[in-house]
Amino acid sequence: MMTASLNAYVIVSAVLFAIGFFGVLIRRNTLIVFMSLELMLIASTLALVAFSRVNGTMDGNVFVFFILTVAAAEVAVGLAIIVALFRRRHTVQIDQLDTLKN
Amino acid sequence: MAQFLFLLFAIFTVLCAVGVVVNKNAVNASICLILCLVGVAGLFVQLDAYLLAFVLLLVYAGAVAALFLFIVMLLDVQGKETFGLRGIRTIAGFVAFALLLAGIGSVALKGQIVSSPPVSVAGGAQLKLYAYQLFTTYLLPVQIIGFLLLISMLGVIVLSKKHEITEDAP
Repeated sequence: MMTASLNAYVIVSAVLFAIGFFGVLIRRNTLIVFMSLELMLIASTLALVAFSRVNGTMDGNVFVFFILTVAAAEVAVGLAIIVALFRRRHTVQIDQLDTLKN
Repeated sequence: MAQFLFLLFAIFTVLCAVGVVVNKNAVNASICLILCLVGVAGLFVQLDAYLLAFVLLLVYAGAVAALFLFIVMLLDVQGKETFGLRGIRTIAGFVAFALLLAGIGSVALKGQIVSSPPVSVAGGAQLKLYAYQLFTTYLLPVQIIGFLLLISMLGVIVLSKKHEITEDAP
């Protein structure tokens, strides 16, 4: 059923990655920075699945399986850290979390 | 038809990703994230990765995005974020975005990834293939992932409890 070329999938994945990267750099809200990180992760999985499909092997797909599992664990720990940070500092804005700066 | 579906899902995914980044409200951003994941799952289906599409919807759109929504609700973050386009960070962001776009453009215009014609995998046998790979070639990574999940669960419990103890101490 794959009619779109591999190039098209790689371009979509790279555009997603670029948007996520832009979000990480430009946003101040920690939660949205975290969401942009997830976006970048998803973009890389899309590229892996596309390459795996073109090569006709299962390795890329199995690897994406592992990536999804690690991402779930990462999100749980990251959100717990953000909640702990919010309890201590009462903010999630990045430019107010500058204790190391001074 | 498949070409049209690819275009539809690709444009939908990219638009929702832009929505995640530009939305001021964190709740709207996480809803956009869910929609973006649905679009990526559609792209996975077009790549014949049905199981991955299903797992993506279950784990990501079901659990992770719901967790995001839950945390946004718990923290009760007001939409007071200064979305000002100023400072060196913004310049760095735009420069990095432009560089990545230039890279994408060069791939789109010049690069042609040569590949053998796609080998079709029988749809019904896919689950068996996954299971075979997971329990033969990737047996050790599966066990390590299991330990990783256990460790992250313990870590989350510790992170959630620790603060109350330190608050009582002084």
